[in-house]
Amino acid sequence: MTKEKKEQVVKKEKKEQAVENLQEEEVILEDNRKVVLMQGNEAVARGALAAGLDFYAGYPITPSTEIAEILSEELPKIGGKFIQMEDEIASICAIIGASLAGAKAMTATSGPGFSLMQEGIGFAKATETPCVVVDVQRGGVSTGLPTKPSQGDIMQSKWGSHGDNPAIVLYPHTVKECYELAIRAINLSEKYRTCVTLLLDEVLGHMREAVRLPDISNVRIINRLRPTVPPEWYKHYDENQKYLSPVASYGEGYRFHVTGLAHDSQGFPTNKANEVAAQMKRLKRKITHNIRDLVQIESYMMEDANIAIFAVGICARSAKAAIKAAREDGIQVGLLRPITIWPFPDDAVRKMLRDVDIIIVPELNEGQLITELHRLTKDKADGKIIPIQRSDGEMITPTHILRVIKEAH
Amino acid sequence: MANIPQKVVHKYLRHNKKFPHVWCPGCSNGTTLGSIIRAIAELNYDRDGITMVSGIGCSSRMPVYVDFNTLHTLHGRALPFATGIKMTKPEQKVIVITGDGDATAIGGNHFIHACRRNIDMTAIVLNNNIYGMTGGQYSPTTPTGDRATTSPYGNIDPVFDICELAMAAGATFVARTTAFHAIETQSIIKDALEHKGFSVVEVVSSCPVIYGRLNKKGDGPEMMKYMRDNSVPLKATEKMTPEQLEGKIVRGIFKRVEKQEYCEAYAGLVAKFQNKEEAKK
Ligand SMILES: Cc1ncc(C[n+]2csc(CCOP(=O)(O)OP(=O)(O)O)c2C)c(N)n1
Ligand code: SF4
Repeated sequence: MTKEKKEQVVKKEKKEQAVENLQEEEVILEDNRKVVLMQGNEAVARGALAAGLDFYAGYPITPSTEIAEILSEELPKIGGKFIQMEDEIASICAIIGASLAGAKAMTATSGPGFSLMQEGIGFAKATETPCVVVDVQRGGVSTGLPTKPSQGDIMQSKWGSHGDNPAIVLYPHTVKECYELAIRAINLSEKYRTCVTLLLDEVLGHMREAVRLPDISNVRIINRLRPTVPPEWYKHYDENQKYLSPVASYGEGYRFHVTGLAHDSQGFPTNKANEVAAQMKRLKRKITHNIRDLVQIESYMMEDANIAIFAVGICARSAKAAIKAAREDGIQVGLLRPITIWPFPDDAVRKMLRDVDIIIVPELNEGQLITELHRLTKDKADGKIIPIQRSDGEMITPTHILRVIKEAH
Repeated sequence: MANIPQKVVHKYLRHNKKFPHVWCPGCSNGTTLGSIIRAIAELNYDRDGITMVSGIGCSSRMPVYVDFNTLHTLHGRALPFATGIKMTKPEQKVIVITGDGDATAIGGNHFIHACRRNIDMTAIVLNNNIYGMTGGQYSPTTPTGDRATTSPYGNIDPVFDICELAMAAGATFVARTTAFHAIETQSIIKDALEHKGFSVVEVVSSCPVIYGRLNKKGDGPEMMKYMRDNSVPLKATEKMTPEQLEGKIVRGIFKRVEKQEYCEAYAGLVAKFQNKEEAKK
């Protein structure tokens, strides 16, 4: 047997073992919740299914592939659709098409694929078509480090597609949260009629941990609003309905038009400044008018903190470990963690900037989150905001953060 | 009674807001739209049951004018969008409108894979041998030696034969016609729409305003005459020598075979699970 084949066999055995373990480990709690051993990518797939996913199109790429593999197994069982497309461009386009025909649709990828999807993501946002893109971030620029973590796509997830296209981006830090935020991503995409991105760290995608799954009958599932008017009255982008208007699907009698060109409230292309302005306003306002619904943060041991750590995903986990250790030494340190990273939690961050003396920002990139803090404060130069940055594929450890906390204290 | 004009096309066009159209005087795109609409009218399809999807280009502006479910997508990407729609609503008749650049340059990968999957839809490729919308750059079907704004010294690129490409990639219905042969186009599109599987109809088209002008092919009517005089039906080619065939546009249905259709194959997969469930009960 060649080395490669052997590795494949071992991999397969490991996988089978994992599945077995999973079954053994599944425990049903009295309140109907389950405790299972689960991988982050699997949690995303299961969460999406729980939210009512009907359609998945994707192209394999490490470290996201498990999501496609699991959905290729599960979707046919429930009459859902799975298709492996010829590339990521085709994948994002296929999910938009599926969504226009009425499906809850998702794709998953990593950096190189996420770059290829950007034109489609812009199309989904411009045409207000619900869909979800999962980006399990890999290390480095370009092909980079396929099996190493990074948080290098934070800015791309906001600015990746050309033109002004407000983003909703969620960022889990545990496997359980992968499950919950996959549900939330689909819910928000349906509610706000847009492309929602779920950003994962590579380590989280591949990490296995025990998860208490919520009782799905208690989880709120949102389905897009359907029109209640006859087709002659229907407007695909109804201005009267503020920013969350009902949406028809193809093949149900409404015969509407969809285009990536600037369009009027019926969806027809337009060059008229007032109509274009109305579209742009709508795209922006549906986010800015609903900040309270969209923004979620975790505030961890912040009540008495004079040092704050500001981090997302896997860095927030290292931060929590460091905080526990620092607290044992009597240092008053806490964590502010955006769960929704876009729209950015401006208010919570402003409060943090007022409340604490020092903010430490560990991130697995060369300074993407920290730029947002700089945007919200004038005291950039006085050493109040301390960066910890790594972009070499390695993690920022609790020890490293603890050292910086102690130095700053 | 007053003399109210009534044409078949009126039933299928969107009267609200969308006219006049964007096409230049003499462009053949409108003629082909007429053929498509008449084919649909003859088949008596329900308008709600048709989804027309296009990419980007002059030809791809077509869907906005017709009263179906319509989608104007990204350059080259109409087929993957259409694939998502078709898989979600297999009962929809999906028609894809695309240009030569849209289908075989930027969308070439999607084109061959849609052919390979044999997913049930009809791709109508309006081949005007040029990038019309962007002002006349050469496309994969601009004849070698011809002028475009990016081949001022004559194009050195070899060309794609769209029908050969589609057949090789696995499309199960492949045909070519010209915009001049409007009735024949109508009839071929009818057959394509009724075919189960991926059908490709190449409609040789004219862009008099750019391609015609750059290559001294005359105005709209001149270019129509060219299509009439320089094309031959497939049948007639049997008796022709290679010399006689040189430079001729061959019209007709080149391929028409039955093969497992993609959505049906998928439905078969789903049915397996449903049968298992029922067996359990
Ligand atoms: C990604 C992308 N690249 C380039 C363009 C610019 N563009 C618009 S139409 C077009 C060519 C269209 O040519 P063809 O598909 O042959 O259609 P025609 O206009 O001739 O009908 C190009 C290059 C674009 N819209 N999007
Ligand atoms: S540029 Fe050419 S293809 Fe485009 S509308 Fe004008 S004549 Fe037709």
